[in-house]
Amino acid sequence: MTALEKVGAPPTRLGGTALYDWDCLVQEDRAHRLVYTDPAIFEAEMTQIFGGTWTYLAHESEIPNANDFITRRLGLRPLIIVRDAEGKIRALYNRCTHRGTTLCRFDKGNSKSFQCPYHGWNFLNTGRLRGVPWPEGYAADLRDPKYNLAQVARVESYRGFVFGTLNLDALPLTEHLGPIATVIDEWLDRNPGGEVVVCEANRFRFKANWKLAYDNSCDGYHVAYSHRSLLETENRFAGENAKGMAYYRNSPDTQAMYMRYTGHGNHYKDRRPNLEKRPGGLWALESAHPGMEHYEAEFIERYGERAFSLLDLAGSEPVNINVFPNLSLLGNHIQVFEPVSVDETNAVWYGTMIVDDGSIGADGVRDINALRMRTQEGFPNFGEVDDIANFEQIQRGLMAVEDEWVYMHRGLGIPDRVKTNVDGTITAPATDEAFMREHFKEWKRLMQTRANLAIRREP
Amino acid sequence: MNAPKAPTPSQPPDPSRSSYYISDALYGELIAGFTDWQDDTRAVTDVGARDEFRRLIEREARLLDQFRYDDWLAMYLPECVYWAPSTPNAGDPRREIAVMFDDRRRLEDRIYRINTGFAWSQAPQSRTVRLVTNVEVFATATSNVRMLRSNFLISEFWDKETRMLTGWAGHRVVRSGDGWKIAAKQINLLECYQAIRNLSIIL
Repeated sequence: MTALEKVGAPPTRLGGTALYDWDCLVQEDRAHRLVYTDPAIFEAEMTQIFGGTWTYLAHESEIPNANDFITRRLGLRPLIIVRDAEGKIRALYNRCTHRGTTLCRFDKGNSKSFQCPYHGWNFLNTGRLRGVPWPEGYAADLRDPKYNLAQVARVESYRGFVFGTLNLDALPLTEHLGPIATVIDEWLDRNPGGEVVVCEANRFRFKANWKLAYDNSCDGYHVAYSHRSLLETENRFAGENAKGMAYYRNSPDTQAMYMRYTGHGNHYKDRRPNLEKRPGGLWALESAHPGMEHYEAEFIERYGERAFSLLDLAGSEPVNINVFPNLSLLGNHIQVFEPVSVDETNAVWYGTMIVDDGSIGADGVRDINALRMRTQEGFPNFGEVDDIANFEQIQRGLMAVEDEWVYMHRGLGIPDRVKTNVDGTITAPATDEAFMREHFKEWKRLMQTRANLAIRREP
Repeated sequence: MNAPKAPTPSQPPDPSRSSYYISDALYGELIAGFTDWQDDTRAVTDVGARDEFRRLIEREARLLDQFRYDDWLAMYLPECVYWAPSTPNAGDPRREIAVMFDDRRRLEDRIYRINTGFAWSQAPQSRTVRLVTNVEVFATATSNVRMLRSNFLISEFWDKETRMLTGWAGHRVVRSGDGWKIAAKQINLLECYQAIRNLSIIL
């Protein structure tokens, strides 16, 4: 068992007081521009949000073998996510305990230990200090745990998704996820063996606050406008008006799709009810992708009736599952938001492929994945780029100091529009901003609370 | 679905409308064709031959800088591949997301989208100046196929700033009539495995 080390209040700044009256900054129907633009709020978020609640760190398939590692961040903290020799997944601080140097500068690899490139301190991938050059120069006992690497206090996985938090009072991960875990189950269970493997990514950098991406994650209101070029392209041939996201074009609120808020800042948009429930129902919605006609013809020849349920595995699952603050499962992607600074963010769209559980066969899995790669490249290339251009322009618009408010009140105050269900979840039509109002309540709660934070070190 | 019917021998499929040529065989051949081809013993040293391909690469850069997309597409075989891998060693695109992997139809989608006027990432549209250099030509096992390697530096002016996109490209060209057409272009961006801001031009 590793030792806990409580995280106290940071050193006091001269003249420092509580940052803001949060109830003033985030109101029922609107949020203040400072929420997106103030570097001091961003700095507080890096502890209160990215640390104060469960944050997605990595997928287990990225470190499948003993001693595999990848480098990631929790907020701005550089981390090495490792699977140690015993198979335990740890989130080590990528920070030498001596002078603070990052130990590992590679994106991924396999190593039992990490040696600091500056003075040569050497750490096992359990985080324990293994040795230092010329130890006789130290009067202090270097076996003191304080010289072992800091680690994220709590690291837990849900079906391959690895999360971390520094908050000792946070609920166990599965309880924290609550109803959203069921939707994650459904997202996974449509794949053979209920499993997916990460296979590289479309990676975006944008000059805007990270929350603008999370505010977009469940937004059904923007699609017809922000993605107009995509919708027109997907349906550019005469007679086609139903491909891709075409169902957003006309009265999206009257359709069967909906949004649901499930607590702790998590929500999902469910477009599955719009689909025809039959094998191939998902595939029929797909717009043009490289190789689709060839593979479809080949699958029909090879698999007969079964072809269309297999082609559905290459189709983009019509659900956006958003786990606050930084994870969004959409289509077949695992999208991760990485804050860089108050006005800079990465959005990484990790692709996923299916694995062979024996039910399809190696050739079928290879071919489904070949199609699935191409369907996954479509939206990042032709859709996400335009959203991101709009995020950047929001950040620019919010530089207008005197015009203070961002509105999120679509649907608010209309009788019977937003429904609170018996399980406490909240349901609303697809273009409603209820999801945003609710995740901002969670954001405010976390910003107002002095959380019980800790890091951990090997004893 | 609304896909055109499978081709019959008398009616070859139009690759602008349907994608029958992207197959497992094509992927296999593509990967093989872009492996171990930069072999000194296969380098074409004839000055005239090299100059012909240098002009081809330069013309492609100019057409893209001038937004002459139809003329640019005409430099490609109808059944072509445009591939920007997401890893420096260009893995297997059947099991690895690419930055871009386009067939003819998707390339035309790319152009169509920009031309809608509603592609906010390209409104206003980027202006570019492309330097292409270090053009090398390599023979292949097939006499009517050459592999070209060139370096590129794209200066892109967008959103009141000029930034640079750089890397190297591999062109697979096939003899067609008395000239050459591009069968496949592999664009190896230097930072292909990192987060890049607004990558929405044609490379």
